[in-house]
Amino acid sequence: MTDEILKTTVLNAAHRALGARMVGFGGYDMPVQYEGVLAEHRWTREHAGLFDVSHMGQCKITGPDAISQFERFVPGDYAILKAGKQKYSLLLNAEGGIMDDLMAGKPDHDGLYVVVNAGNKDADFAFLQAELVEGATLKILDDRALIAIQGPEAAEVMIRHEPVLAEFGFMDCARLMLFGVDCYISRSGYTGEDGYEISVPNADAERIWSTLLEDARVKPIGLGARDSLRLEAGLPLHGHDIDDQTSPVQGALTFALSKSRKEAANFNGADRILKELADGPDRVRVGLSVKEGAPAREGAEIADADGNVIGKVTSGGPSPTLGRNIAMGYVPPAFAELGTDLKVIVRGKAAAAEVVATPFVAQRYYRKPKA
Amino acid sequence: MKFTKDHEWVRVEGDVATVGITKHAADALGDVVFVETPEAGKTVGKGDSFAVVESVKAASDVYAPVSGEVVEGNDALATAPETVNADPEGAGWFAKIRIKDASQIDDLLDQAAYDEYLTSL
Repeated sequence: MTDEILKTTVLNAAHRALGARMVGFGGYDMPVQYEGVLAEHRWTREHAGLFDVSHMGQCKITGPDAISQFERFVPGDYAILKAGKQKYSLLLNAEGGIMDDLMAGKPDHDGLYVVVNAGNKDADFAFLQAELVEGATLKILDDRALIAIQGPEAAEVMIRHEPVLAEFGFMDCARLMLFGVDCYISRSGYTGEDGYEISVPNADAERIWSTLLEDARVKPIGLGARDSLRLEAGLPLHGHDIDDQTSPVQGALTFALSKSRKEAANFNGADRILKELADGPDRVRVGLSVKEGAPAREGAEIADADGNVIGKVTSGGPSPTLGRNIAMGYVPPAFAELGTDLKVIVRGKAAAAEVVATPFVAQRYYRKPKA
Repeated sequence: MKFTKDHEWVRVEGDVATVGITKHAADALGDVVFVETPEAGKTVGKGDSFAVVESVKAASDVYAPVSGEVVEGNDALATAPETVNADPEGAGWFAKIRIKDASQIDDLLDQAAYDEYLTSL
């Protein structure tokens, strides 16, 4: 235990009233579970889970030069991104290391709306504040809470409140009136399921949270299940699976490198990143199916079939959906081929593992039929 | 039944102690997904980590409440770890240990003392 003073989200009292077990995460006092991690995990895969993610950082970057300045630090093409769309990207340091991963979109016609990780937000905002010059302005939206609703029944629940949300496809976003107040909303999330993330004014968060929970299809879900859900979906957790030393190529996140931006090579760390794309990285993030024994968690060593240590697990645990243990970690590219037999070492015991494709559990995002 | 401050319980029959984790510990861990129990013949010292219990989130050590030789580990937990949540102080036992030094039993908490300890947490 530490004596760190934890911050709270505006939904803290609501979590306590629901009987949540609270833990410190990203500097916040957050619910790790309500009913139990496994039950919450399964509920989200089968129905709709409600998550308080208000600890995450929300901001707007506005001004005539907002996008070109933002693009100095991210490798996605935001200039061509259409209004009403968002895109996953990476905040890169000068060495091409991943300072944070983020979602940035154009919900309105006023620059970019950006969501970053809780544990990095102070550093991210300080960095952007220092780097942005005339023509681009950072506005931190600390007057807003963030609520995610995820699962196969999430869309039905939300469409009952606002029919226009049926028109949204995966990664569509908008600023609109929901529950009678000014919200940002996107059809996205961190579970591999269909669903939405809704940014709401702090003053209305508890009312909206409670309103959504009135629907029998919706249950509150803690950070424990959020972690196991994102692991199954193959989504990296910053500070664990990727960090400020890791490049997007090492992190197996090359999909976040837009073609036009690679050609222009005009973003932080472009030299290193383009070189790694051409020559291959020294290590790369892979998915592992652990075939026996205990869960292989962060820090467990990965060995080749002969027992030589070649890498480390960065996150791992049981997959409630698959009924077996899964993990992510880094290995040299020579060992990254799907089907490669490896070992993970847990408490001194080597257990068989195999490189498998991620996501471990198929993502079920809602993609609109092409018009 | 006797208890430790590490939330293990001990049931003594003759010179054999059956050991498990308390309901309080099982509830605090949440869903147990993996248990590693010791093999028969293993010598354990009081306070040694002799088993591991894992929830979805984390792995925790289980400490031997007494010294002795493991007579039997509960192998059933390998395939049914959820038994630890369902019946922590019964079918969810971890191991039976042949007690080396009976005086160590006297150092353990009785039910009233353990209950009082829980309220102090």
